[in-house]
Amino acid sequence: MEQINRKSTPLLASILKRKKEKADLDSGASQNISTRVAAYVLLGLGSFTMLIPFLWMVSTSLKSPAEAVAMPPVWIPQVFRIENFIEAFEVAPFGRYFLNSVLITALSTLGELLTTILAAFAFAKLKFYGKNLLFTILIATMMVPGELLIIPNYLTISNMGLINTYAAMIIPYVASVFSVFMLKQNFESIPNELYYAAKVDGSNDFRFLWTILVPLSKSAIVAVAILKIIGSWNAFMWPLIVTNETALRPLPVGLLAFTTEAGTHYQLLMAASAIVIAPMILIYLFLQRYIIMGVAKSGLKG
Amino acid sequence: MMEKPTLKSSLKSLFYIAPMLLIVGTFNLYPIVQSFLMSLYQDYNIFTGEVGGYGFSNFVEILQDPKFILAIRNTFIFVLGVVPISIVISLTIAVLLTKIEALSSFFRSIYFLPFVTSTVAISIVWSWIYHSRFGLLNYGLGLLGVAPIEFLEDPDYAMLALVIMAVWKGLGFNIILFLVGLNNIDANYYSAAKIDGAKGFQRFTNITVPLLGPTIFLVSVMGVINSFKVFDEVFALFQSRPGPAGSAMTVVYYIFQKFYQENQYAVAAAAGIVLFLIILVVTLIQMGFNKKFVHY
Repeated sequence: MEQINRKSTPLLASILKRKKEKADLDSGASQNISTRVAAYVLLGLGSFTMLIPFLWMVSTSLKSPAEAVAMPPVWIPQVFRIENFIEAFEVAPFGRYFLNSVLITALSTLGELLTTILAAFAFAKLKFYGKNLLFTILIATMMVPGELLIIPNYLTISNMGLINTYAAMIIPYVASVFSVFMLKQNFESIPNELYYAAKVDGSNDFRFLWTILVPLSKSAIVAVAILKIIGSWNAFMWPLIVTNETALRPLPVGLLAFTTEAGTHYQLLMAASAIVIAPMILIYLFLQRYIIMGVAKSGLKG
Repeated sequence: MMEKPTLKSSLKSLFYIAPMLLIVGTFNLYPIVQSFLMSLYQDYNIFTGEVGGYGFSNFVEILQDPKFILAIRNTFIFVLGVVPISIVISLTIAVLLTKIEALSSFFRSIYFLPFVTSTVAISIVWSWIYHSRFGLLNYGLGLLGVAPIEFLEDPDYAMLALVIMAVWKGLGFNIILFLVGLNNIDANYYSAAKIDGAKGFQRFTNITVPLLGPTIFLVSVMGVINSFKVFDEVFALFQSRPGPAGSAMTVVYYIFQKFYQENQYAVAAAAGIVLFLIILVVTLIQMGFNKKFVHY
């Protein structure tokens, strides 16, 4: 604040003396247009650059083997070879990988929503001993890199006899401190009067939570769920560590294995990559505002 | 406003938090403690679980391991490359996005797209772009008269290849946070500055940057923490190797290798603790810097 005042006062003095500055102010409108044109050009070029890897992936995935390695590169193949996708499904069990990913993602997300909604409610609306201490401890765990937990967690899962099971990829992820934090904030923003009114009307806590609080927090819950879906779908290191059976692989692990299986068939490799990426892009296109909201909120925790 | 907790209300609350607590306790809290203990294990038998004793030999071992030193060095190069470049580009784009109305959300959507994509899948796409003979990037460089670069085979370029891809992938996330920050700046400051005759760039350096301080701080802390954990990118870009001749070894890759490929659990745990301490110290330094230079 001080800085602005300090800097602007001499400027204010100089503007009174110098006519040129005045002229600039008057031509504000035309200056605005050139700024805007420049902004459009830069943003347009930038976003095209951002898209190149996606365009290149789709383009290659539809090429013939010869076109894939043609120099100079061909952007639009003569014939769109949809067969590449079919071939990818034949060469490696991508159908199976896909179902595995859907199953793991769906169960992790549902599980997390359940445990998180319950816990966030207790932290937001109920009273219990040690609440603040417990919450502080939970928040502190977010500081620790998840990679540090992998070794003990592997041993835990192994002691439970769950190596090479779906459960190994799901159970550790059916709760998240971050999500509890996000939903707690949201539940707290809903007035307590509503809670007391419901109690007077004879509604119990459990019913209040699911019939009033949850519907009122729909967008926050959807945001948490989508961020979870994206994270779960794209997870790589943990599934790689706890499984070594082909039949259990989720898509990213299967795709990586495919890089050695596909060898130099880049058109197949790009088709397979597109299979992994496409579902999340579809979700993104339809539910974008929830994702953006979730990310924007995740920034607020700092 | 809230009454005091009672035994009854506490028991009821326990019902609500128990499922979360069970999972978080088992897979988040317990392993933190266990990792610290494990890093001190000596003569650890991974088959019987027997521990010979406790000491710091694992730390001594990794700090004398040239691979680990390289991993630390590379991880710092990665962080120092990705975070500042990403902040400059994403802040520029965020400011430009606030200058336009039509298409603004369309552009924003495109910049954010990489965030939702699988790191493994998109790294494979990038490895195709980086291909020394048929890659798009080398074709583009060739048009500019640059001889083909073996991005993925030449140890000198391995880290560069990683940084470029990571900046590309992380831009959208930072842009969103910057847009939130920019949105929170009171428009009156700009009007006042305009009346005072401040030019566009002056307004940017004297209003936007200082008032955006907290956001820049947040983005850099999150960027640093995330970048220190780089792994999937390396694994997928270099086809399950830590770069050509091990040149793109990162700390998490080192942990993975010691743990998963060499079964040296205690050594891997020690490397994990070192990573945690580095992140902690760097974050604390950033917080100190934040206190000194960021004005709210």
